[in-house]
Amino acid sequence: MTLDPAAARRAADALPGLPRDAEGPVFGAPWEAQAFAMTLALHARGLFTWGEWAAMLADEIKRAQAAGDPDTGETYYRHWLAALERMVAVKGVADSGTLARYRDAWDHAADRTPHGRPIVLAPEDFD
Amino acid sequence: MSRDPHHHDHDHSELSETELRVRALESILTQKGYVDPAALDLLIETYETKVGPRNGARVVARAWSDPGYRARLLADATLAIAELGYLGRQGEHIVALENTPRCHHMVVCTLCSCYPWPVLGLPPVWYKSAPYRSRVVADPRGVLRDFGVELPTGTEIRVWDSTAEIRYLVVPMRPAGTEGWSEERLAALVTRDSMIGTGLARTPAEVA
Repeated sequence: MTLDPAAARRAADALPGLPRDAEGPVFGAPWEAQAFAMTLALHARGLFTWGEWAAMLADEIKRAQAAGDPDTGETYYRHWLAALERMVAVKGVADSGTLARYRDAWDHAADRTPHGRPIVLAPEDFD
Repeated sequence: MSRDPHHHDHDHSELSETELRVRALESILTQKGYVDPAALDLLIETYETKVGPRNGARVVARAWSDPGYRARLLADATLAIAELGYLGRQGEHIVALENTPRCHHMVVCTLCSCYPWPVLGLPPVWYKSAPYRSRVVADPRGVLRDFGVELPTGTEIRVWDSTAEIRYLVVPMRPAGTEGWSEERLAALVTRDSMIGTGLARTPAEVA
């Protein structure tokens, strides 16, 4: 199974509510496209089915609504990202501690990178 | 290390909270062999026209159609873009660079949060690569040729590197044969690559 627009379109068909147009998904920001592409790759590897994914995402949305999310559609990919983090934890790929450590390392990498240079993760970012 | 989410310093790069989490996921999944970053980039690249509002195309189309707007855009692009209801982040200044038969502009920096994606759409993947950056400075004409753009030898090529406070929008030349076109039709000719100067606007034949 390859990572291509046809697979993306099948995903959009399998996931009602996903922001899309006639050709497939549309995104509000670059990071949303990245989060979507990673999810598609993990699905292609068989880490989860779209049914499992839809349930996880629905649960994330329900949690957010309970916490006061306006649910206007603008926040769809925020829930998507939270669901992806939970999915990789549930599937034993990376727990929340590991995710937090990498998040902090990227924050450190951005901090020490002069504006306009590529931000690259280095071992010292984990110190 | 800064932990204050409101901390803002123009000397270094910045990533939003969501960007940090997305990068964290991507590095972990890559290291564990679950994803191939090149394959992800390849897929994301196909969404060039599907990310963000891509307001730049409408700004260019308006400048092509309305001489008064064009003058305002070249004088103060931040204000002129806001005039159409598109607001950037605070402190973000956009400078419009108009291509002419004599002078072609290309923009090079775009690695971090400085890339104005609400205006231009998704940044091209190759834009992030160091070889591209150094080559475009040393041999802009050669880079353009790689993109299939052959400019007359008499055309001067200017390369612009964004600073922390300034982002650039290239206003490509209006293609011939579009007299009397509506702004909406014109906007469909304005590609991302034409607004960063690595391409030209589409011709009417290309969209026919």
